Amino acid sequence: MNEQTAFVTHGQNGQDAERQPIIRVENLSYAYPVEDSDQPKQALSDVNLTVARGEFVGIIGHNGSGKSTLSKILNGILSPDSGDAWIEGMNTKDPEKIWKIRKTAGMVFQNPDNQLVSSVVETDVAFGMENLGVPSEQIKEKVTEVLDLVGMSDYRKARPHQLSGGQKQRIAIAGILAMQPDCIIFDEPTAMLDPNGRAEVMKTITNLNRKHGMTVLHITHYMTELVGADRIIVMDGGRIVATGTPREIFSQVAMLKDIGLDVPQMTELAYLLNQDGYDIPRDVLKITEMVEALCHLK
Amino acid sequence: MSLKIEHLDHIYAQNSPFEFKALDDVNVELENGHFIALIGHTGSGKSTLIQHLNGLIAPTSGTVYLNGVDIFGQSKADLVKTRFSVGLVFQYPEHQLFEETVAKDVAFGPKNLKLSEEEIQERVKWAIEMVGLDFEKMKDVSPFELSGGQMRRVAIAGVLAMRPEVLILDEPTAGLDPHGRDMILGQIEKLHKATGNTVILVSHSMEDVGRYADRILVMYKGKAVYYDTPTVVFRHVDELEKMGLAVPEVKYLMRALKKQNPEVNDDIFTVEAAKAEIERVFGGERHV
Amino acid sequence: MFKDITLGQYYPTGSVIHQLDPRTKINFTLAYIILLFVVNNPVGYLIAIGMLALVIVLSKIPFVYIARGLKPLIFIIVLTFILNMFMTPGQVLWHWKVLHITREGLKLSIFMALRLTLLVAGTSIMTLATSPMDLTDGMEAGMSVIPGLKRVAHDLAMMMSIALRFIPTLMEETDKIMKAQKARGADFETGNLIDRAKALIPILVPLFVSAFRRADELATAMEARCYRGGNGRTRMYVLTYTKRDAVAYLVLAAMAAAMIGSRFIQYPWPFPFG
Repeated sequence: MNEQTAFVTHGQNGQDAERQPIIRVENLSYAYPVEDSDQPKQALSDVNLTVARGEFVGIIGHNGSGKSTLSKILNGILSPDSGDAWIEGMNTKDPEKIWKIRKTAGMVFQNPDNQLVSSVVETDVAFGMENLGVPSEQIKEKVTEVLDLVGMSDYRKARPHQLSGGQKQRIAIAGILAMQPDCIIFDEPTAMLDPNGRAEVMKTITNLNRKHGMTVLHITHYMTELVGADRIIVMDGGRIVATGTPREIFSQVAMLKDIGLDVPQMTELAYLLNQDGYDIPRDVLKITEMVEALCHLK
Repeated sequence: MSLKIEHLDHIYAQNSPFEFKALDDVNVELENGHFIALIGHTGSGKSTLIQHLNGLIAPTSGTVYLNGVDIFGQSKADLVKTRFSVGLVFQYPEHQLFEETVAKDVAFGPKNLKLSEEEIQERVKWAIEMVGLDFEKMKDVSPFELSGGQMRRVAIAGVLAMRPEVLILDEPTAGLDPHGRDMILGQIEKLHKATGNTVILVSHSMEDVGRYADRILVMYKGKAVYYDTPTVVFRHVDELEKMGLAVPEVKYLMRALKKQNPEVNDDIFTVEAAKAEIERVFGGERHV
Repeated sequence: MFKDITLGQYYPTGSVIHQLDPRTKINFTLAYIILLFVVNNPVGYLIAIGMLALVIVLSKIPFVYIARGLKPLIFIIVLTFILNMFMTPGQVLWHWKVLHITREGLKLSIFMALRLTLLVAGTSIMTLATSPMDLTDGMEAGMSVIPGLKRVAHDLAMMMSIALRFIPTLMEETDKIMKAQKARGADFETGNLIDRAKALIPILVPLFVSAFRRADELATAMEARCYRGGNGRTRMYVLTYTKRDAVAYLVLAAMAAAMIGSRFIQYPWPFPFG
């Protein structure tokens, strides 16, 4: 495998690669073996999805809905029982391709403490590139670039345990960016952060997608983080139960509440008022929209 | 009967280059029986404050009175008793589980209290049921085999089993999904109503604070800035924002509506109350 | 607050000594220790003391920090001194009842005490002037040279650097677990030895559970960042010798020559003992 060329070229076959989805999942099923039981626990059943280049796709679902299992299969950490997952046309089951897949689809995890390897920020960011065999000078340049991208340039020489949760996650993101992936899978990166840290990380992710065209697959149980997504996939019991734009998804308040998810307060209010006969659009997301809708009533 | 905090200062690593004043002359009296939300952004001194309330860390100066007794002015043995009266549930409490079975783990606190075996068993059963778990099903299970949400509830039960007069919870819903969060906050509210004991809930979610608390204590840069009812505290929208905090989304909505129509009451912070108020002002049900 | 504990005893000043390649510092220190055992005369010790003084001055590390490193060893140094002084047979200089000091004993005790002091001071100046990360890199490079150790060198260095990364995290965690168990009435301060050992179980079990969980998650995160051992791996900072290191090795050579040479000089002046 020639890591060097993989690092420099984007995708594989130029134009062809541009048109094909970065992530493609077909009929994916996976079951965990359960201790003291012959009946394995079905974590994913018949999941199909695609993520196109430059898209921001959100996956929501409560704990145990299968969303994390899905992300682990996409990264080749778990192998599916049936069905396939492709990253840039590479099957995640193919052991020969595993490192290229991991380089192509970078992954940021939930616990900010348990994904930083080095006791200095800059060498942590460099870790992935060092593993890929990138020459020293290129690593240094790239570290400067990605730290700037996540707004952490001032912390280059800092030690991870002195940073806040949000800052640690931004370092983790920088470490993935440094490997020049074609897309990043975020596996609940905000679940352990306070509101400020969450806002920091979401700003970084949104910025990557909007300004730098990074393809993002964002897994979360905070709906409000997905207001700006291109598409939302709702998972429950290992299945995809709904797909659509944020407005299409959020307006289905009853369904979301039914599977144990939150909706933004404005959308919930619109839903409740609607039930009482108020003529208010069901897909209200923002306060200004609600004010306007209410003022039109009179 | 109350928790009275007087001129409380706490300085970490005093006289070192890392010196940091975490608490700065905190004065507040928390009367018994309230569901108090403690808010403030990370580093505002919340965690340091709650660790003083049960004597886990000693103040640099000032003190805390529990029902009139200066908790730092008493003997070490009595200080330990204070820890039983003021129960503290840390963040991610499931990380402190260590016993082989759920029942044994919950019994750790009562055992340290030197209660009779009978009383211990009774409390363990009560505490496990209080957090919404099935005692018979759960008691002999290893806590490490449970789901994240269940582990957390077992850990909370471990503190409840000491029957504290004041229960402090440091972000008990951190990292849980909405269902797990509602489950835990629901149980805490139920417990509060059943016992009438004080609950202090450290939270970052203004929506949760608006829904459950009847008092809010706001910490900022080591000082207790506000201590009042949610209605009053949430009126300080601009000041709270300056402190890196927010108010529930519906509060912003009601404020915007009030600008258009002065008749609107904007002291509202739950979706249900907002719905009722809108229907009051804009006319009742509109079934067509 | 365990957060600000400094790891090892690294004392950054940015001095010439700090800027030396870690391999140079490790080699220098090893050579220095060996030479200390070669030396058997006052001139040699004077050279050793002079060299240490020079390094301390160049490193800009306050002397108290080096003295602090000696503190726990004072007892051993004094004990060696006394034992050597009174127990060595030879030409008696002074005696009182059963105690006697011999010419040989005096010499041996002074040399032994000096040897220990210089050895400890020399090693601590190296750890004070080298960050733990650099030390790890230097040891990895050093071990790679030794045949048979090459394969494990990377693994060991990676383990060490992960340990360095997680020590502060686990210390904080220990503090938190201790507080959480204290809040449940645990008592770590009273009782006999067995009680106290038992009281540690509620801390150790959660700590190990957490360490295993962290290890598991870290391993996944490392694999996701394409870590597959030392093969084909590059480094952001490649250890490179500079002029400074050449100077250091020359100084080392000169010092070694002088210290070994001091053994063979026929001293024209009489020594008090020798």
